[in-house]
Amino acid sequence: MTAADLIPPLVGEPDVERVDAERAGRVGRPGRDRTRRSLGRILIHAALAVAGFAMVFPFVWMLLTSFKTLPQLLQDPLSFWPDPWTLDKYVDAWNAVPFGQAYLNSIYICVLAVVGTLLTASMAGYAFARIRFRGSRVLFIVFLATQMIPKQVTLIPFYLLMAKFGWVDSHLSLIVPAMLVNPFAVFLMRQFVLSLPKELEEAALVDGAGRWRTFWTIILPNLKPGLGALGIIVALDVWNSFLFPLVLLNSPDLFTVPLLLASFRGQFGSVDYGLVMAASALATIPMLVAFVIGQRRILNSMAASGLGGR
Amino acid sequence: MAITTGGATGTPVAPPAPATQPAAPATAESGASRRGATGPRREAAWRRRDRRWGYVFVAPQLVGMAVFVLLPFAASLVLAFASWNGLTALEWVGFDNFAAQLQDELLLKSIVNTLLIALITVPVGLGLAVVVAVALERLRTRTLYLILFFAPVVTSTVAVAMIWQQLFRADGVLSTAIASVFGVAPPDWLNDPSLALLAVCIVSIWSSLGLNVIIFLAGLQNISPSVIEAARIDGAGAWRLFRSIRLPLLSPIVFFSSIVAFISSLQTFDTVFVLTANAGPDNATRTIVYHIYDLGFGRFEFGPSSAASVILLLLTLVITAIQFGAQKKFVHYEDDAA
Repeated sequence: MTAADLIPPLVGEPDVERVDAERAGRVGRPGRDRTRRSLGRILIHAALAVAGFAMVFPFVWMLLTSFKTLPQLLQDPLSFWPDPWTLDKYVDAWNAVPFGQAYLNSIYICVLAVVGTLLTASMAGYAFARIRFRGSRVLFIVFLATQMIPKQVTLIPFYLLMAKFGWVDSHLSLIVPAMLVNPFAVFLMRQFVLSLPKELEEAALVDGAGRWRTFWTIILPNLKPGLGALGIIVALDVWNSFLFPLVLLNSPDLFTVPLLLASFRGQFGSVDYGLVMAASALATIPMLVAFVIGQRRILNSMAASGLGGR
Repeated sequence: MAITTGGATGTPVAPPAPATQPAAPATAESGASRRGATGPRREAAWRRRDRRWGYVFVAPQLVGMAVFVLLPFAASLVLAFASWNGLTALEWVGFDNFAAQLQDELLLKSIVNTLLIALITVPVGLGLAVVVAVALERLRTRTLYLILFFAPVVTSTVAVAMIWQQLFRADGVLSTAIASVFGVAPPDWLNDPSLALLAVCIVSIWSSLGLNVIIFLAGLQNISPSVIEAARIDGAGAWRLFRSIRLPLLSPIVFFSSIVAFISSLQTFDTVFVLTANAGPDNATRTIVYHIYDLGFGRFEFGPSSAASVILLLLTLVITAIQFGAQKKFVHYEDDAA
């Protein structure tokens, strides 16, 4: 079993065994049963279509509203279709606050946090899975236990600590802790390492490669699926985090995308909500596009994370 | 650098040079027999060095945890028993903060609101997710649905809250639709204390549904087809299959997700902060985390704020313990069923 097997395929690859079994079952069934089945399938599709519409409606509404002019919004708040269409709100929103800067901030914070987490978590995961050192079991339990502490419980002292470090209103306070603390990531990587065959690294160790080299040249390359899954999870988490950036950052130039968006609401209120929707669209559309492009990997990663690599 | 030292120190059993290997009696044998050939002393030295590598590998995460989690956590416990605004000297006050907090209407309201949010969103959210996952599992083409359901999950909660804020306007599309269908006055969700909390719940359910669907779907696919097939041969229909096979075998994952969902809904903040403009009308949506934030960064009352944090921690632990107690009743593992 390789690390890849831990990720159940949700999209694209049909479960061949299952489909075959279903087909085999269907061969002997009378025709009436088959009609009932396809009727059921149509009903399922109908119900899911309704639910799916409810899921996208807010996004559709956001987009349509963002293209409307203020007079249209004030005269007829229920109008569905923009008339006339305008891009003004996007221009206004982009110019009102440093959107471009916020994107750069979010991207580079995310990249550093992800790369750092992947490295430190896979190192720790490897050690907990394969190296016998005194106290390793106790340490691992400590790692698991700290997952129980809600982050918000440490909010005040964490802020005070960052102030001591001189990291308040600096991206360091978001990047460094993210790189170095992620018990869930350690747990997940340990599970992935455990799923690798032991023989893989034993050969290297017997041939005289040290632990570091074994980790770097044998373990890490074989962990790629796990690293990809973890990277997606961490990136989403860091990108969307709000409370800690809210507390730690003051200068608008340092703001991340969600923080800038929230400040936008504070500044412009609900007066011109076409503007607010345009800002929301600017914040969400790139994420949604990235998701649709990478949906297969993202969905499979989230599934693997939810199953905890069990 | 580290790579070369690793190579020099990490010799586990035999000298790395292949030339020495023929000297060992059992060349073709497994590592275990060669280990004997090189002697226990060498083995012990390797183990010692290997142990050191263990510490090196966990060091970054260990230091991070000590500095950024355990230290602030300990400080939180200390601050909860002290009076401090960041400027004056720290003063030890014992249980005063807790006593004051537990008499504080705002904290009590926060706790009630937080528990209400959790008690509404978790069962409804997970129930819907099970239904959707079971429906999706029977379809061969489900990619589009998965994308639709998951889109809110990848969107930041701030953006989600801002969009819904417009949908919940009294003159908005949702309220008008409800008004015309039920013949009532259009509900003003975000300015009505009794509806604001419900609005928060609706948004939380909507935005987390996709994540649970994905996890449950993966869980359903992990059920071995032979179990399903066996039940089918025994004449089980779709409903029977769901009730007696799929749901019980999915229950460990539902249980696990319910803990995660419960804990994360105890931490509701973003939605409350953005959607209901700080904490809703008359603090109708004030949650514990909002309370912690408000005391700490709105009023610089670090002591009471830390006391509230400890209360949140205790609540988390108690609820997790209750859920683990309930687990025995509802959770089945595949081994039991087989």
